[in-house]
Amino acid sequence: MSAPPPVHAEVTLTVNGLRHSLVLDTRTSLLDLLRERLDLTGSKKGCDHGQCGACTILIDGRRANACLALAVAHDGARIETVEGLAGEDGELHALQSAFIEHDAFQCGYCTPGQLCSAVAMLEEIQRGWPSAVTGEDPVAPTRAEIRERMSGNLCRCGAYVNIVEAIADVAEMP
Amino acid sequence: MSVAVRSIGAAIDRVEGREKVTGEAKYAYEHSPPGFVYATALQSTIAKGEVVGVDAEAALAVPGVLGVLWHEDAPRLHEVSDAELEILQSPRVAYRGQIVGAVIAERYEAARQAERLVRIEYSEHPHDVLLRADHPGFYEPEKVNPSYPGRTEEGDFDQAFATAEVTIDRTYETPAEHNNPMEPHASVAVWREDGITVYDSTQGASSVQDIVAKAFGLERERVRVLSAHVGGGFGSKGTPRPHVILAVMASQAVRRPVKLAVTRQQMFDFTGYRTPTIQRVRLGCDRQGRLSATAHAVYEQSSTIREFAEQTATPTRMMYSGENRRTSHHLTRLDVPTPSWMRAPGETPGMYALESAVDELAIAAGIDPVELRLRNEPEVDPETGHRWSSRSLVACLREGAERFGWIPRHGASRGPRNGHWLTGTGVASSVYPARRRPSEARARLEPDGGYVIEIAAADIGTGARTALTQIAADALEVSPGEVRVDLGDSGYPTAPLAGGSMGTASWGSAVVKACRELRATLARGDTPGLPVEAHVDTGAEVQGDEALARYAFGAQFVEVHVNADTGEVHVPRAVGVFAAGRIVNAKTARSQFIGGMTMGIGMALHEESLLDLRFGDYANHDLATYHVPSCADIEELEVAWIDEHDPHVNPIGAKGIGEIGIVGTAAAVANAVHHATGIRFRALPITPARVVGRVSR
Amino acid sequence: MRPFDYHRAADPRAAVAAVARRPEARFLAGGTNLIDLMRLGVEAPELLVDVSRLGGGRIAETEAGGLLIGASVRNSELAADHRVRDDYPVLAQALLNGASGQLRNLATVAGNLLQRTRCLYFQDVTKPCNKRSPGSGCPAIEGEHANLAIFGHSEHCVATHPSDMAVAMVALDATVHLEGPSGPRTTPLIGFHRLPGDAPDRDTVLHHGELITAVELPPLAAARRSLYRKARERRSFAFALVSVAAALELDRGEVRDARVALGGVAHVPWRATRAEEMLRGGPLTEERAHAAAEAELAHATPLRDNAYKVPLAHRLIVRTLLDVAERP
Repeated sequence: MSAPPPVHAEVTLTVNGLRHSLVLDTRTSLLDLLRERLDLTGSKKGCDHGQCGACTILIDGRRANACLALAVAHDGARIETVEGLAGEDGELHALQSAFIEHDAFQCGYCTPGQLCSAVAMLEEIQRGWPSAVTGEDPVAPTRAEIRERMSGNLCRCGAYVNIVEAIADVAEMP
Repeated sequence: MSVAVRSIGAAIDRVEGREKVTGEAKYAYEHSPPGFVYATALQSTIAKGEVVGVDAEAALAVPGVLGVLWHEDAPRLHEVSDAELEILQSPRVAYRGQIVGAVIAERYEAARQAERLVRIEYSEHPHDVLLRADHPGFYEPEKVNPSYPGRTEEGDFDQAFATAEVTIDRTYETPAEHNNPMEPHASVAVWREDGITVYDSTQGASSVQDIVAKAFGLERERVRVLSAHVGGGFGSKGTPRPHVILAVMASQAVRRPVKLAVTRQQMFDFTGYRTPTIQRVRLGCDRQGRLSATAHAVYEQSSTIREFAEQTATPTRMMYSGENRRTSHHLTRLDVPTPSWMRAPGETPGMYALESAVDELAIAAGIDPVELRLRNEPEVDPETGHRWSSRSLVACLREGAERFGWIPRHGASRGPRNGHWLTGTGVASSVYPARRRPSEARARLEPDGGYVIEIAAADIGTGARTALTQIAADALEVSPGEVRVDLGDSGYPTAPLAGGSMGTASWGSAVVKACRELRATLARGDTPGLPVEAHVDTGAEVQGDEALARYAFGAQFVEVHVNADTGEVHVPRAVGVFAAGRIVNAKTARSQFIGGMTMGIGMALHEESLLDLRFGDYANHDLATYHVPSCADIEELEVAWIDEHDPHVNPIGAKGIGEIGIVGTAAAVANAVHHATGIRFRALPITPARVVGRVSR
Repeated sequence: MRPFDYHRAADPRAAVAAVARRPEARFLAGGTNLIDLMRLGVEAPELLVDVSRLGGGRIAETEAGGLLIGASVRNSELAADHRVRDDYPVLAQALLNGASGQLRNLATVAGNLLQRTRCLYFQDVTKPCNKRSPGSGCPAIEGEHANLAIFGHSEHCVATHPSDMAVAMVALDATVHLEGPSGPRTTPLIGFHRLPGDAPDRDTVLHHGELITAVELPPLAAARRSLYRKARERRSFAFALVSVAAALELDRGEVRDARVALGGVAHVPWRATRAEEMLRGGPLTEERAHAAAEAELAHATPLRDNAYKVPLAHRLIVRTLLDVAERP
């Protein structure tokens, strides 16, 4: 009995500034590519179905669930992961420092996704993108906005109140 | 002798914080030993019966597939103490989703592809999966977890209840709930002729080491379990789950390292869950609210595989005063997975029922619910007569009421209505035992002048690494920066698992002892040179602990807003005040408390594993349909604690804090919903579906 | 997941041709539902034709004064578009009440319309499901159906359509632009999704190989005064138990035009035409809002465990209408 053999395709991506050209099984998600092929295990697999946000990365500057993105469909994309947030000198991104300061995590498994999500989320607010809780007023980074916009990132340890404070701190909210 | 406090209590940052925010922290599955392959678990699609045949031809034809394991060709296990772990040893299927095989492949995609091509033939028997009050199979387990009597009786409950001035007799229900740590369970197993190495997502490296060694007939020393970082567990990684056995078996079968990750869906089948409960609570008191009669009967389930008896009524034995008390547990064995540990097992469902009932009694008696609790403060443990090592429930209730702005109320009152939002407030008490277990630990002074602590403990996000660093620093009288704590390796001195809120107490006791011994050795000055180390075991010390009632207490106050149109319940704020001995790290401790309260809000409003009667499994097996709280659900949580100096619990004076935060939260929410709506919800969770038809616009 | 060929189409017609000639081929856009279903084994295509880069990512104003939304416009972009926010607020709100920020960045307009049901049985290949494997039965009828349909279900299927966006679009009388093997066509969004009947495996009237190229919104006076409300089991990132899209055109206090659509209640985004009829030609009072809700829900046929959706939908319709009426 024969089973269909895997199909391979060449994919080129820039990940945290480094260009990678690989031949991949077309079934490979961006998440599995990062974790299994590039040894970038910072992006986490929490559900593999877009239901938890632990795999959140930035694709061409926008946050997305890496588990639902086929690598082959994102040929040419610019990917940023948690490993790329800190500066080259090792200096942490302001959000990374704030997460430590506010103890915005416990087990740490959702943290890379929370951080990538937060980076992009603050940019979305700056761009004026509304959320479900945005009223008639211009979009501003209130705590209610942060809570709503970060809801795609589940945290079972229940660090939400600290996550919100860490982000509010970076967003310079009173 | 207690430790001089310098670093303990400080709000220092989590020591592994940088690793976790940069993505450097490696969790079990992220280890990739050279030459590794992938395995995935095959699961039964019947709830009861036997596997009669497996046709693996199509699966084996998938390029890259190395093998398919099932009970006829799987390696034989030696001694397995937990029957849930005895996988692929017989054709028997005891629940839907049980592991009945494995696919091993060079590539992950190939394994997942082949998994669906394995045809398993069953002989299926009718199954029985529903816990119901009139189930004919109920019996009383002699012991409930971990080793409490199943039934207790003091005084004459029936007589006291019959003559009490105010009584309530209510039945409460809680659903099955699944732990769902964010990191799915995973094992990377490396089988060699001379031993086994497993990177495992576990709360206890030492116990995995023990069980794997016995199962595969090896000396304990030949098994090494590594778990440097664990992405949460909440009890589900407390005892080894079957996948770790499967991973080792697969590695043995193909003689290559094997990576096996449990899928989120599979976590609803074989990584444990909290039993559903049906609880009848009867309370009787006089007009002043003094309890005279207390009865708590719990009906819950276990599997046909083994007995797991959740200790649900145990908090009722010690929480409040009263001479006449009866508690009992009734178990029935269904064709379901064996329930397991989930954050504050026993206390969590038990205190939901008790604290709801106390609220109902307070209303019936016309006494403020905070006041009623204050009036039933026992001098000594009412069950055992033991003195309390410390008990600060009263202080927690008073401090909490103050911080929350609690307005005393007498009898049935309703919170104010704000447009189409009904508002209410509720209160409940929290409790959790403060136990400790024997542990070993090693302390070493390195040639570079740094101190290293080694212990096979786990940091599953509790902050254990940080707390032990502070404890060691104080015991050594150095700064925390001079101490490194290495844990998550069974090669380090044997330690109990991270569970039962015993980690800090058990490991901390051993760390203190090791540090003292190291200092004594160094003080003697008779060692040839560095490194110098001390390896200790607290077995004797722990066994010599005086017979006292040791518990942490707390009080939780919650405000709810109930949407009169949709029945949606929001929690805009909650205050938790806890008394848990000495708080080792003010920052990470606060996170533990808010984390527990957050999960408690989830229990109250969202979480429910839906049993499918026809198929016998939990049907909503993913995070889109099993709802845990999202960021939007949690608004203001205020946490405070009462400083306790309790020298009786352990040398640090710390009681555990990992579980108490969830205890009582659901009752406080339900009590607040009652205050808002006038409706008592006696089944969790309190969803729009349950509320909308009953609340008036 | 079984292996599949991947092909990036050069233009819509090439994409259509590529899919049309292979029965097991599927279009791939954002992938948020398709990849999910492939991983579950619910979908097992042999070929994915990627249509996400066909230039369908623009939102243009039509000559009629409406909007033509390219098929691959991301949900997040559509929700942020000022023309949508100002002229069709119900649509922006529906989008923002769906999924999560990161999913909305991947998901496209066309993909959102073509989402499959989240019925627990449809998603579990170890169980029967008439939608997934016709003729195998519908365990939801006797099983877990608390979040399934109260309108328009059949003895073969009681699933609901999960989209929020589609509910708003149905209320707005959107039109779907298609490219197919026999050329382009358009079809009203009302009627685009099918009731299950005896063929629940067919979610829509699309034929194999037909590709959504755009969704057109007509100019609509009522749309400016519109709202989307959603009741769910948690405050964010959850599918609707019931949702309501409502739009009103008021003329001196009289309802000239009323649009009401419901989500979470049927195999299709449910246009509540009976409610609309009751509302037209009179003031928007609480009494009349109740009568409108009643007119619609009198025809509901709830299942054993989802009768709660009837009062929930009723109250949400009334509340949403009253709130819409108060909007400037």
